[in-house]
Amino acid sequence: MRKRTFKGGIHPFEGKELSREQKTVMLPADEEMVFPLSQSIGAPSKPVVAKGDHVLRGQLLAEPGGFVSSAIHSSVSGTVRAIEPRTLATGGKCMSVVIENDGKEEETEFHPASLESLTKEEILRRVCDGGVVGMGGAGFPTAVKLAPKNPEKIDAVIVNGAECEPYLTSDFRRMLEDGEALVQGLQVILKLFDSAKGYFAIEDNKPEAIAHMRKLTEGMERIRVVPLKTKYPQGGERTIIKAVTGRELNSKMLPADVGAIVDNVDTVYSIKRAVLDGMPLMERIITVTGDGVKEPKNMRVHLGTSYASALKAAGGAVGTPEKFISGGPMMGFAMYSLDVPLVKGSSCLLVFEKDPVSRLQESACINCGRCAAGCPERLLPARLADCSARGDLASFDRLHGLECVECGSCSWSCPAKRPLTQLIKSARRQLLAEKKKAAMQAKAQAAEKGGQIRNG
Amino acid sequence: MDEFNVSANPHFRSPMTTGSIMRDVLLALTPAALFGIYNFGAPALIRIVVSIAVCVLAEYLFQRGMKRPVTVSDGSAAVTGLLLAMNIPSTLPIAMLIAGDVFAIIIVKQLFGGIGQNFMNPALAARCFLLISFPAAMTGFVYNGVSSATPLAILKPGADAAEGTVSLAAEFLGTTGGTIGETSALALLIGAVYLLARREISWRIPAAYIGTFAILVFFLAPGHSFDALYLAEELCGGGLMLGAFFMATDYVTSPDTPAGKLIFGALAGFLTFIFRMFGGSAEGVSYAIIFSNLLVPLIERATVPKPFGYRKPEKTEAAGKEA
Repeated sequence: MRKRTFKGGIHPFEGKELSREQKTVMLPADEEMVFPLSQSIGAPSKPVVAKGDHVLRGQLLAEPGGFVSSAIHSSVSGTVRAIEPRTLATGGKCMSVVIENDGKEEETEFHPASLESLTKEEILRRVCDGGVVGMGGAGFPTAVKLAPKNPEKIDAVIVNGAECEPYLTSDFRRMLEDGEALVQGLQVILKLFDSAKGYFAIEDNKPEAIAHMRKLTEGMERIRVVPLKTKYPQGGERTIIKAVTGRELNSKMLPADVGAIVDNVDTVYSIKRAVLDGMPLMERIITVTGDGVKEPKNMRVHLGTSYASALKAAGGAVGTPEKFISGGPMMGFAMYSLDVPLVKGSSCLLVFEKDPVSRLQESACINCGRCAAGCPERLLPARLADCSARGDLASFDRLHGLECVECGSCSWSCPAKRPLTQLIKSARRQLLAEKKKAAMQAKAQAAEKGGQIRNG
Repeated sequence: MDEFNVSANPHFRSPMTTGSIMRDVLLALTPAALFGIYNFGAPALIRIVVSIAVCVLAEYLFQRGMKRPVTVSDGSAAVTGLLLAMNIPSTLPIAMLIAGDVFAIIIVKQLFGGIGQNFMNPALAARCFLLISFPAAMTGFVYNGVSSATPLAILKPGADAAEGTVSLAAEFLGTTGGTIGETSALALLIGAVYLLARREISWRIPAAYIGTFAILVFFLAPGHSFDALYLAEELCGGGLMLGAFFMATDYVTSPDTPAGKLIFGALAGFLTFIFRMFGGSAEGVSYAIIFSNLLVPLIERATVPKPFGYRKPEKTEAAGKEA
């Protein structure tokens, strides 16, 4: 049988052998823990503690600040030292709850429940209360994702175990080490969608994970394991839905519009913890790797611990590395400081001794078409980048620039080493902002007009 | 501590560069070039060396003179030099060849902005420039010491049967008269397979080009329709293989979309058929390709692919609701 996949994509250096055999270890929490109030898409969370408060591990620090938002809990016990702006891995500043860890690991009371005893509403409530968000990086609040308009139309719940980003091995370790919990997590989600089947979608460069999940799900009628072709960006939301269901969606659609729900491996693990164990999201799994790390490792971390501690736990840096990346090499953020907290969406600390990109010489486009061949969205990146460079947003829009998922495949492919993804990203931001502005103006005008009619 | 490099994603790149692609093209042209040297002897070798050297030098001097970054190390000028040498008879006076090289690099490539900006294939434009300027020298073919007609000239409708015959085997192997690099279909195919296997070129342009040409010749060649032998000779003779695999596939002067590549190849195949069957000269590949080059911007505009998950905009309905 042909391995399921999508058209386009690239085959970058994988780098996973550095850490794939490393069993997950627990990283001790820092003395000072930082909990940014924006750890998901949508409104920032609203703090419910104040400076000087004593908090327990698992205690709510901030509640959702809107419908699309998420709760944030303390991963340690201690005292709230401050609520102040702190720098994030992405470079921006964000209001954060800072806690002085007392090291006692005193916990609040957790309330486990069996799946049979819970109604759909109770499941969603527990996911929401547990502060679960998409942990593959996008950070969409999971409770919102699991409550689509027409739940009966969902026929595919996909656990995204593609882990297509080079170097990352944390999802792989999660599947090998916590496979049972993942099956339970998927069963929780399936209870919400009566007509759905569950799929563990895993790239075929992880045969051990495929075999392990197959063994665990043997005889389960509603759960399948789907091996996917190893290709970047196979784990993108749109590309993995295409591979598993054959359906395509565009930037204006949600997975639910084509009957699919996609959740990353670690998210499903957190769903299991929140719903069945009653434990909110306080930990996640990350990979610390790259040629700039002495002992590449996979580790479970308390959210709020700093990247610097994670690096120290992996034996420290080799020499003086030039580049530190939060996330994978394709879509991760380059960091300018390691004294930033690990958050719900942090999947990896990648350290490069030499920064290969800074040594590249950009040259002229030769129209070779490799960027287009590698684009999972069937776009023409070189032309989009040209539109961006000359500020021609109308042509950018006409060439479907908004469909870009910013996966980086075009820049990776370009023999002339042009920063295509960067140019396209910047034009996308501008165009999205313009469209938003235009929409708001139109709305204001319509309101004014409506008012006039009523007044007249 | 805070002296890290910060840049936008992605944080690593494929090892491929423009230079590595050009080196692959040079390597793929090597079998045909070597066969040309074997077939035509030292004059062919001299012209290949001179042509490459003049192209590289012309680009270097121009860029130095214009105070632009020197880009000869990307190998594209060397490719142009080799291609032009493979597109001329081994008897062409060296001065004329040098004129062609300078025309290719300065007029066609650099004056339009250098690599990536030329709208015609430089080597082919230079070949056409030489054909128009020096028709006798460009079409006087000598093989094994005697002047001879090329296989295509012999096949040309209305050609004098007394001009001789050439076997299909000789045409395939390349032991015939012609330009330095075009005679051996076999050597060219070896290079083409290499380029296809390395994914430096897509199959679309050569397949559409050769396919369209073959279908038209098979069904519509004046006096030779349904003549398989004639078709095979037309395919192996002249510059078709060299043109379809190595010149029509030039990235800069061919479309960047999958559908565009098919249209472009089919257009070149159609024009080659017209020029060869009804034109004044026996060969038509060069003109067919550079003419198709001119239409590339239009083809690229018309063949923008529909993006992943494309749905037709539901404009009318939404507008109706609002109204």
